[in-house]
Amino acid sequence: MKFGIVVFPGSNCEADCYYVIDKVLGENVEYIWHQQESVDGFDGLVLPGGFSYGDYLRTGAIARFSPVMNAVERFAKSGGLVIGICNGFQILLEAGLLPGAMQRNKVLQFRCQPTQLRVERSDTPFSNLCRERQVLTVPINHGEGNYYADPDSLAELEANRQVVFRYCTPGGEAAAEANPNGAVNNIAGIVNREGNVLGMMPHPERCSESVLGSSDGRLIFASLVEWWKGGGAVVGSN
Amino acid sequence: MSEAIKAGVWRDMGLTDEEYGRIRELLGRDPNYLEIGLFAVMWSEHCGYKNSRPVLKLFPTSGPRVLQGPGENAGVVDIGDGLALVFKIESHNHPSAIEPFQGAATGVGGIVRDIFTMGARPIALLDSLRFGLDDERARYLFGGVVSGIGFYGNCIGVPTVAGEVFFHPSFEGNPLVNAMCVGLIEQEKLALGAASGVGNPVMVVGARTGRDGIHGATFASEELNETSEERRPAVQVGDPFMEKLLIESCLEIIDKGYVVGMQDLGAAGLTSSTSEMASRAGTGIEIDVTKVPLRETAMTPYEIMLSESQERMLVVPKAGCEAVVQEVFERWGLNAVVIGRVTDDGLYRIKEGDRVVAELPARLLTDECPVYYRDEKEPDYYQELKKFDPRSVPEPGDYNEVLLKIMASPNLASKEWVYRQYDHQVGINTVIVPGDGDAAVLRLKEHSPKGIALKTDCNSRYVYLDPYRGGALAVAEATRNLSCTGAEPLAITDCLNFGNPEKPEIFWQFKQAVLGMSEACRALGAPVVSGNVSFYNETRGQAVYPTPTVGAVGLLEDVGRRCSQGFKQEGDLIYLLGPYAHHVGASEYLSLIHGRDAGPVPEIDLKLEKQIQETCRALIREGLLQSAHDLSEGGMAAALAESCISGRIGARIYMEDDELHNRRGDAILFGEGPSRIIISSRPAAASRVMEVCLEKGVPLVCLGMVDGKELKITANHRKYIELGVESIEQAWRGGIDSWLSRS
Repeated sequence: MKFGIVVFPGSNCEADCYYVIDKVLGENVEYIWHQQESVDGFDGLVLPGGFSYGDYLRTGAIARFSPVMNAVERFAKSGGLVIGICNGFQILLEAGLLPGAMQRNKVLQFRCQPTQLRVERSDTPFSNLCRERQVLTVPINHGEGNYYADPDSLAELEANRQVVFRYCTPGGEAAAEANPNGAVNNIAGIVNREGNVLGMMPHPERCSESVLGSSDGRLIFASLVEWWKGGGAVVGSN
Repeated sequence: MSEAIKAGVWRDMGLTDEEYGRIRELLGRDPNYLEIGLFAVMWSEHCGYKNSRPVLKLFPTSGPRVLQGPGENAGVVDIGDGLALVFKIESHNHPSAIEPFQGAATGVGGIVRDIFTMGARPIALLDSLRFGLDDERARYLFGGVVSGIGFYGNCIGVPTVAGEVFFHPSFEGNPLVNAMCVGLIEQEKLALGAASGVGNPVMVVGARTGRDGIHGATFASEELNETSEERRPAVQVGDPFMEKLLIESCLEIIDKGYVVGMQDLGAAGLTSSTSEMASRAGTGIEIDVTKVPLRETAMTPYEIMLSESQERMLVVPKAGCEAVVQEVFERWGLNAVVIGRVTDDGLYRIKEGDRVVAELPARLLTDECPVYYRDEKEPDYYQELKKFDPRSVPEPGDYNEVLLKIMASPNLASKEWVYRQYDHQVGINTVIVPGDGDAAVLRLKEHSPKGIALKTDCNSRYVYLDPYRGGALAVAEATRNLSCTGAEPLAITDCLNFGNPEKPEIFWQFKQAVLGMSEACRALGAPVVSGNVSFYNETRGQAVYPTPTVGAVGLLEDVGRRCSQGFKQEGDLIYLLGPYAHHVGASEYLSLIHGRDAGPVPEIDLKLEKQIQETCRALIREGLLQSAHDLSEGGMAAALAESCISGRIGARIYMEDDELHNRRGDAILFGEGPSRIIISSRPAAASRVMEVCLEKGVPLVCLGMVDGKELKITANHRKYIELGVESIEQAWRGGIDSWLSRS
């Protein structure tokens, strides 16, 4: 499988994603500079974490206007697999490829810490190697990860089973004390309605090798590969 | 070049009449206003080290692994496999006292530039912070500094992996903010800050130049007082996004072989970078200030030369490479402009268009900086406090209560509040994260099976009470922390934070501390390869506790053989590697519980220290240890509690040695001292552990075992501590929060 990692000025997790795809998964991977206007030839795209354009205006707000984003949008609309991690998730929200918005963490401070995620669905391209209700340990690293959607959108999101990962206790309960940033319904990661675009705040690339304390993140990258090898057909959420 | 110079204008810029006289003598004429400004910043303590240079010469600075000692932008040590580590620590105390967020943020930005200037990719940041304890402003400064460090480090994608924070009333009004950066480089790519090659162009790259930070270096070289708030304009504003682009573009041009020399524009901006580059290469340099991209209009040559606008670099590319260099920077959306060239006349010449506005031999600014041999005098407090008998304080009745209080004190409490605001994982190299070990450990993925360990340390109270011993203890503790992870200490960088060196008592502290550090560096085989001096840390005439922060760097041959601090498994045996403590002099316990910063500072036997560290590393290398944790503030009881909390498991401890029979419980439990490590091992490894210690001839006592959910400590048949690990953890985790909400 050939991955493309989109690099914006200010991205800073692109090399980590590259390493995991290349060295841990052994798949093909290339960087895509934000000024490129085509993403032809890639089987999956990663929008990595970081501070694109310094995130000075609003996270992801400027990156979404990069030339590459038109190509990313076309790629997503045609069913291509896209995963946005942290800042990548924020950019996907700004680009309208995923519903909702980010607010500052409820604690009003940056948070870098491990979190537990409950896998809500195991039938997506991003979680097919996980079991439903499996608890993964994946670290977060953000100042604005407090996911918000208005009540109607939220109801729709839940009804369509678009929530893939929810912050939970080690026992798997989506409790308030397990929510590190105040995200509505403990949401850590969602897919679009079609199921081919995932945005998640936690960083799977930071926990894809046991030497780093957890290798749960590898399941997410490996799920993409598994899906693609199985024919890459995207199953809608309904 | 003639203009009317107001008499005494040099004094406002920080020069003495004698220094001004010397300048006239060197030039053989009156300097103009701009030239006085150039001398004022370059001859400031901050840039010229005029008070500290003779003392700094005492440090050992060479060794088999040292590729670059002090004098460059950062020190460089060889870690084998063609790789090297580039590192340095620097202070940003005064800016942070006035504007904590930006002060700390730009401190990070500056030290990071020192590292990638040499061609190394920054891979880790550390910090060392000091704040007041009881005042409202300390809380404001603490919050601002921590978020400023996070803001900058997080954005540029360099993990902040370790550090230390210490609170004490002496830092009220004058916090210490020391930031350290470590970079990794392939040795052959090492770049130096020299403007060599006559005719080569001189370029300024990165941010535009504004009026911010003019005379920042001078500000850093005076005491803080009521009017310091007016110095707010001397504090710069950081743009980490710009820095991130600079890192990538500068490393790219070095990688492509376009560069002759590079230097960051830090303190004293264009003035220091251009003159230092010329001086290192023994060349001259000529620049035209009208070529410098500005962000404000109508800036004078004086303002342009002295601006400390952040995120700028000076690059000397190979002649003919201007266009390709520009191309790289353009791709990153940055300026890269030729502002001058390297000359062969040894002159430092500044032009405004065609008009020469300053011209003088370049070496006058750097090499002719005066050197002062300050008077030194042992302060009155020294003998007085040393005499204090720590046994004169009453022994506590309830040791459980004392331990909880110590664990909850801001100095001992969990620093989670701090490091959760720092990205400590980006780069996916951090294999011992903050809170898990005595030092951070990073793997060097893709490069080597080796690992590196990093830590900053200094006990300011020890240094105040006994600067010589305190200096030695700081080096010993920092290196011991590395050894507790299994890493061999390679070298150190230091940040020497002291009061006003013109006061003989302060200069005595400074010199004694450097002497003590030097002895320890020699004994432990860890030379000083870079550093920074920060004097004038005083508010209203009161100096801070002297704080020579040590940033230590170590190497693990196999990162798979590393050790963390938490107890691992029920039934594991717990040992004290090293001696028992003798007294509570100079301890955190004495300060916190009895309100006394007094008594003798623990003695250090450097030969024993070396043996203890070597033994610990040997045990880890053999895979014999489950945990290793250094004993520092809070003594044995605090170290045991920390290993319990970290491992979420209890311990049963019995101490019945004859040696302890007449020793008070507080000395045994809370007494501090160097050369001591709490280790644990599987019972099956016990005989081998004892064998190794016997071979090395170091003391080893079995204290008990890992067991249950409680920490129980018995000594001399008396039960001192019996506490649930959870309740200790609660006190420890909540310590910083409750300090912040104290009013």
